[in-house]
Amino acid sequence: MDLLDLVFSANFVAATIRIATPLLFGVLGALLCERAGVLNLGIEGIFVAGAFVGWMAVYAGAGPWGGVVAALAIGAVFGAIHAGLTVWLALSQHVSGLAITLFATSAAYFAYRTALPDVSSPPRVTPFQPMEFFETVPLVGPVLAQQTPMTLLAFLLAGLIAYALSRTPVGLAVRAVGDSAAAVEAQGLPVRPLRTGAVVAGSMLMALGGAFLTISAFDAFYFGMVNGRGWICIALVVFASWRPGRAVAGALLFGAFDAFQVRLQTQAGVALPGEVFLMLPYLLSILALILVARRADYPRALLKPYFRNDR
Amino acid sequence: MSEVAAAPLKRSRPASAGAISVGVRVLAGIAALLLAALPLLATGAPIIEAYGLMVTGALGSAFAVSETLTRATPLILTGLAAAVAFRAKLWNIGAEGQLYAGAIATVVVGTGLIEAPAFITLPAVVLAGAAAGAFLMLIPTLLKVRLGVDEVVTTLLLNFVVLLFVQMLLDGALKDPMGMGWPQSPPVVPAAELPEIWPRTRLHAGLILGIVAALVLSFVIARTTFGFRMRAVGENAAAARFAGISVAKTMIGVGLISGALAGLAGVGEVAGLKGYLTSDISPGFGYAGIVVAMLAGLSPIGSVVSALFIAAIYVGADSMSRALGVSSYLADLIVAMALISILIGEVVARRLTRGAR
Amino acid sequence: MSFVSAGGDDAPTVLALEGVTKRFGALTANDGIDLTLRRGEVLALLGENGAGKTTLMNVLFGKYTAEGGRVLVERDGALEPLEPGSPAAALGAGIAMVHQHFTLAENLSGLDNILLGTRSLWKFGWGGARRAARTRLQGIIEASGLAVPLDVRVDRLSVGERQRIEILKSLYREARVLVLDEPTALLTPQDADRLFGTLKKLTATGLSVILISHKLREVFSATDRIVVLRHGRKVGETATAAADATSLAEMMVGSAVPKTVHSARTPGEPVVVLDGVSVSAEHGTALDRVDLKVHAGEIVGVAGVSGNGQGALAALLSGLAVPAGGTAQILGKQVERVDPGGLSTAGVARIPEDRHQDGVVGTMTVAENLALENLKTPSVSSRGVLRLSAMTSQARKTIAESDIRCQGPQSTVRLMSGGNIQKLILARTLGRKPRFVLANQPTRGLDLGAAADVARRLDEAATQHRAGVLLISEDLDELLAVADRIVVLHEGRLSEAGPAAAADRNAIGLMMSGQAAA
Repeated sequence: MDLLDLVFSANFVAATIRIATPLLFGVLGALLCERAGVLNLGIEGIFVAGAFVGWMAVYAGAGPWGGVVAALAIGAVFGAIHAGLTVWLALSQHVSGLAITLFATSAAYFAYRTALPDVSSPPRVTPFQPMEFFETVPLVGPVLAQQTPMTLLAFLLAGLIAYALSRTPVGLAVRAVGDSAAAVEAQGLPVRPLRTGAVVAGSMLMALGGAFLTISAFDAFYFGMVNGRGWICIALVVFASWRPGRAVAGALLFGAFDAFQVRLQTQAGVALPGEVFLMLPYLLSILALILVARRADYPRALLKPYFRNDR
Repeated sequence: MSEVAAAPLKRSRPASAGAISVGVRVLAGIAALLLAALPLLATGAPIIEAYGLMVTGALGSAFAVSETLTRATPLILTGLAAAVAFRAKLWNIGAEGQLYAGAIATVVVGTGLIEAPAFITLPAVVLAGAAAGAFLMLIPTLLKVRLGVDEVVTTLLLNFVVLLFVQMLLDGALKDPMGMGWPQSPPVVPAAELPEIWPRTRLHAGLILGIVAALVLSFVIARTTFGFRMRAVGENAAAARFAGISVAKTMIGVGLISGALAGLAGVGEVAGLKGYLTSDISPGFGYAGIVVAMLAGLSPIGSVVSALFIAAIYVGADSMSRALGVSSYLADLIVAMALISILIGEVVARRLTRGAR
Repeated sequence: MSFVSAGGDDAPTVLALEGVTKRFGALTANDGIDLTLRRGEVLALLGENGAGKTTLMNVLFGKYTAEGGRVLVERDGALEPLEPGSPAAALGAGIAMVHQHFTLAENLSGLDNILLGTRSLWKFGWGGARRAARTRLQGIIEASGLAVPLDVRVDRLSVGERQRIEILKSLYREARVLVLDEPTALLTPQDADRLFGTLKKLTATGLSVILISHKLREVFSATDRIVVLRHGRKVGETATAAADATSLAEMMVGSAVPKTVHSARTPGEPVVVLDGVSVSAEHGTALDRVDLKVHAGEIVGVAGVSGNGQGALAALLSGLAVPAGGTAQILGKQVERVDPGGLSTAGVARIPEDRHQDGVVGTMTVAENLALENLKTPSVSSRGVLRLSAMTSQARKTIAESDIRCQGPQSTVRLMSGGNIQKLILARTLGRKPRFVLANQPTRGLDLGAAADVARRLDEAATQHRAGVLLISEDLDELLAVADRIVVLHEGRLSEAGPAAAADRNAIGLMMSGQAAA
């Protein structure tokens, strides 16, 4: 097949969107946290925890939506821990985030081994099914029909967050608290609850990104399945200039590239080792960071702790 | 994160503050161990027996002690890598990748590139491993100081790239033709091996390398102009720059040292322990090094102590896991909890020190 | 510019502070302070830096919680206690504060900053609130004369415009008590007069104002009553009409006000020559084709409102920037590359504007901070190894000579006062007998005694050591007292230098606002 035909095929677009979905959850989550002034390097671990807990819930019979709820809950828990350490105790956001990642990852792996001590491969669950009823819709039907409701949810959430940030009082407060805690405080708004809310909400989205892997894209939990997707999201949020619209574009661009390289690999795979292609997402993320580094407009209060009644 | 990285030299603080800092660190380690009871309870394992097995597993026999020391060796080096970088506020989270870079260089140089006696080959291997780690850290450091690219993400992402690179080499250029198809490199020649330092155990000279590195680093930080610059840049880069200290040069120096130390950890694991390279020689030593450094308050000598502690947890928990059928991820869990405990401990120490003034 | 205010002795009390005490560790910042404010009056809170004025107002505004005392606010004719520690409660009671460092989110428009926190966070959208707010704001702007673009991001607004947004924030919330913390620090004299004109209009409608200041001049011209604080205590209270400057100043300082010295001297060879120099700036205004000569043995003062190119000028002379056009010579050497260390070694002493951020490393010791610029000198290191005992004994000597108040060479700088930190920086830089001194806002935030000490050391450097000194300051009084010649910086352009002795305050003020030919 010609590469050009391939790029414009429905399957290619569908794959792009599928690859982009977990990243979109993650980028939106990181964006919410950072817009409020908190870097959340717990993202990688929260992905793992969301993937595991969501899958376990479905395995326990809660159904796919039950898995979503379970993932949201575990995301909220880790978000609350990160907010507690960084927003309330003013500890290093870098180190706290890494601690969350180490903790959430090892806790998920430990829980997996403890819950299923005797399995050699993880039991499969019934994941979200593609929304085939979209098949008959003209133009976008063939693409949409291959997606699951979680993908739809991701894009709806992107719209919702974009609207909330730009058009609602709470969105205004979040944008302000990521720029200047003093400005928010001076207007009588509570700085720490605002940041906590954003971090918890953002972490819930991150957990959904993980859950998408186990209960939508695949049907089981594997070690190492998150594989740096969280870190890629941290790079993408810089690339997206902390804007939801650009986050969607960034995730899709990334998804398209990944889908493209997978197809390229199947065509030209013999000439180059497979690992070269597997490296591309990471190298691409680094490249994205380099491209925007000069004009990256970090939220001014990012990484800055807020002290009350202090000097 | 001055509140965490600060830990200035003891002489700059009243003795009580130093005592509080050490005390809080010890308590954090103990707290993490005690917290391990919760996951143990979940598995239904007998708690008291489990703790007993952990202690005997880590320290109960000469062999257990040698295993703990062996496990501490890479942790000392990755811990130092994190400590030196974090001192200068260079967020090197890429020690895992730099360790593998050092391991690759060890194999490249140590499997026959040089045919010479050990006193030439071994230093060549060590230097090559350090250089490879340093080179890998040089990239994100340069991106940071020249282009303003955040090094946290780049070092993290490079870990994945390097691991894939290792897998690629083990499938190709560095694959052992005698390895019966396993993805592993040929063994390093005897002249490139780090000597055993405790007969009939796995303990090798890498430990000495780590301790010497800690002593040298301790001197460099406290007593040299480079260490002074490094601390100044880490504590207040704007003031350092204004005073005429080149922040970029200092960062690059720190990045090279940090990467080299992590690279040495890779040398030790290949040339001292395994003898050949596989893609799983490090079960996360690079990340655990961050915990080691934080637990030590970024002090080089302290890193040796905390590396021993973390190693004991790994070895003890592994041994206990095997005996009781508990998942060995318990060790990672305890290490992660140690990091969270020390973070909370920093707050306690901060409050106590403020009260003491 | 005195005026009759709406408030009189018989106007009702709108606010009362009773026995407010606030401690930070061992330091008592406010010690049992009583204060009342009547409707429609402007009350001056006068005191030196560190007297506790801002702390007191932060207690009033709920940013700090006091250990003792209470705040009472008038409600329906009776005074009621205000919930402590809650900015929201203070705002609700009609108290608004314009901080010295503005509390604006710079990534938002002025309108968004004003609306922030005025609508329930859980309303999903603004409804018609934004349009209604805009209409109301237009009314307020017309009535008060606080003209400012509402839809421009704050980071693109000038300092004066930002201040107007801050005041609009208060008026939009129908504040009855407006606290202004050093509001004229960043304004030209003309803009300051305009601000006081606005206040006059506002007090006529019943607003009460507390003006925090350490400038006697503006206290006399714009207030009705004066309360003086010193070392956290209230030491005096008087009607402005009955006050006299000398006794007020003594009340502030606690002793006779130190006199500024100005020795006689004659300028020698030029040490700095700027010829058509332009410097681009990362933040703020760039320098635009500037000509300037500073000679050995003279002090040249640079007047102007901050943000008019002072940053770029200081960066150039500190070795942190290079000319984008024209030629700059420092001590006979062309400036071609960024090299702060090189300049320092060549004999340029640089006193940074932000002494905490650029001048010292707070977590390092006094001895280490004294060595910060001299790392390679033999008294600090040999062959890359620090000479710790030499550093310590040198530091002990410097501490004694410069009267730096600290616990010793090994104490950390972070705990020292601003004045002592400035002494440390002066000792480090001037101690090496420099041939050129760049002093950027060297007295900002210092009390009068410490400021006089800085001025004396600069005078000494120019007179005894024949250094050329460039003094950048916002304080015109200071420049007139210390400098031999004065130039004015406005929007990156520099005026011709004129002798300080013949300088006319008003003319300089006009030049600072760009209203006269530079």
